[in-house]
Amino acid sequence: MNHTATARLGVELGAGSVQLSATGDWSARNALALDAAVRNAVEVAPRGLPVSLDLSGVDEIDTFGAWHLANLAKALAAQGSVASVTGLAPRFAGLLTLVGQASEGDAMPPPARWTPLGALEKIGRNTADAWASLALLVNMLGAIGDAAGRTLRHPSTFRLTSAIHHIDRVGLQAVPIILLITFLIGCIIAQQGFFHFRKFGADDYVVDMVGILVLREIGVLIVAIMVAGRSGSSYTAELGSMKMREEIDALRTMGFDPIQVLVLPRVLALVIALPILTFLGSMSALYGGELVAWLYGGMSPDIFVARLKDAISITHFKVGMIKAPFMALVIGVVACTEGLRVGGSAESLGLRTTASVVTAIFLVIVLDGLFAIFFASIGM
Amino acid sequence: MAIAADIPRIRVRDCVVGFGDRVVLDHVSIDVMAGEILGLVGGSGSGKSVLMRTIIGLIPKRSGTIEIMGQNQDTLSDEDRQITQRRFGVLFQHGALFSSLTVLQNVQFPMREFLRLPEHLLAEIAATKLAMVGLSRKDADKFPSELSGGMTKRVALARALALDPELVFLDEPTSGLDPISAGEFDALIRTLQQTLGLTVFMVTHDLNSLHMVCDRIAVLAQGKIAADGPISEMMLSEHPWVKSYFRGPRGQLISQRLQHASV
Repeated sequence: MNHTATARLGVELGAGSVQLSATGDWSARNALALDAAVRNAVEVAPRGLPVSLDLSGVDEIDTFGAWHLANLAKALAAQGSVASVTGLAPRFAGLLTLVGQASEGDAMPPPARWTPLGALEKIGRNTADAWASLALLVNMLGAIGDAAGRTLRHPSTFRLTSAIHHIDRVGLQAVPIILLITFLIGCIIAQQGFFHFRKFGADDYVVDMVGILVLREIGVLIVAIMVAGRSGSSYTAELGSMKMREEIDALRTMGFDPIQVLVLPRVLALVIALPILTFLGSMSALYGGELVAWLYGGMSPDIFVARLKDAISITHFKVGMIKAPFMALVIGVVACTEGLRVGGSAESLGLRTTASVVTAIFLVIVLDGLFAIFFASIGM
Repeated sequence: MAIAADIPRIRVRDCVVGFGDRVVLDHVSIDVMAGEILGLVGGSGSGKSVLMRTIIGLIPKRSGTIEIMGQNQDTLSDEDRQITQRRFGVLFQHGALFSSLTVLQNVQFPMREFLRLPEHLLAEIAATKLAMVGLSRKDADKFPSELSGGMTKRVALARALALDPELVFLDEPTSGLDPISAGEFDALIRTLQQTLGLTVFMVTHDLNSLHMVCDRIAVLAQGKIAADGPISEMMLSEHPWVKSYFRGPRGQLISQRLQHASV
């Protein structure tokens, strides 16, 4: 047996009978050649004639070769030919019998192909899935409310350590990156403002724009999106792998409510951390704006602060801060729901983590829009 | 590349493996001959799995040599090592099936990578392999998370056998199975070993498997091979651990039952 060994199936047509002679190495590496040889032999052999198959020239048979022999016998039988086998080495007899039995059964169905109807079905399924996801989110929101109610009635059941741990992870540890990113955003807004407003001599209004934009919208939005990507994904992955390894089932059988033990501290940590991060982020963005105004716009810090005092009121600050806990709730609910939806496979963990981040960011922006309408109508 | 029958399929010499300052395998030497089923036993944490993983190249060793099919694994080029790897199959303790692929795709995976076969051949041959380990074609489209423990082990065995290896490593093949399934799995290993001419290296805890399946047993204790021989020799050994393992209450019970059964 070596790398160049080939496998052949010779066909000799005699008067009233067919001689097939198999030679060489009937093993995995020749499987493709054997497939062609077997098809050819079956095609060439006239129907209904007796066939004698000589295996004395075969050096090696593995399951691939044995499968081809079984396949050949089946195809010949289907043509009405009677096959007789000679020259089979005894050491291969057991293998041929085993594979012959194992290869019985219906042909495997071909892999599914794209069809217009199938595509339509997929759209339908995805739509139904989207509604089901929404229902699950509402369900989770209710479960969290219920768990919070029970915890309020029995405060000793609250997982304080876990909550503090998560506040540290999603809050304190996120501070440097949040400060950096919001600082840069503040710088960019101010620079763009000066660059374009200068054309019609409205430099002074850059301060109004930076102040209102950062406090009302950008600060909270950037921080929420960052937190959804940073902490939402880690919540989903954590809960998902716990689900995969049956840890959540274990909790449940010990009489713990996974919502109360795992979800509530996580969501609460986000609800506490996000407003703090929003405040820090907004301050950092204003500082970035001030720095650019000074270095790029030639406006001294004193003037910037004085103008800022006129331009913004406490209302703008309140609008931003009020939104933060609601956005935190959305991120937490989405992340935990998706985490608990993880199934048995590694792929589903990836799929759910992606869905968690995408859904959370989408809902945060939708929520921001709804708040904009709400604040406009109450005159804030 | 046929190799002489008298060259051990696995030859381990003075193998030392440790983690940090803990030495797990202390100058272990062991041979596995062609067509043999070797059972490796030892207490929990004695390094059975470590030895198996070292032989298949997943854990680096500190010193010693390991030859598989007569080839020293340290001196092989990457390409030759890959060729050697295709000549053995591994059944991991928990199956290690790819969770995002179906049963059929799991079995097809090595074939798809190493043999260029058309889709219908892949499907038919993989289905045949599944039937050989006692699964039906209905199970082919299931995902690993939908399988029972016994089915997972069977699929993992079918995947280990996908490329028709000459050598198979089994890590606790019957652990976590009920006695009936474990017995069936033992019989399956024996049948496949005989029809496919396999050499089997089996890490196990199952006294029944040791009695029913293994030709030879090696005992790993205190980082060394403490005893090595057929089950009849193990039953007579005076090594304290071997004695308590094979002639403890459970060991006694099984050997008595088997003696009754064979009379």
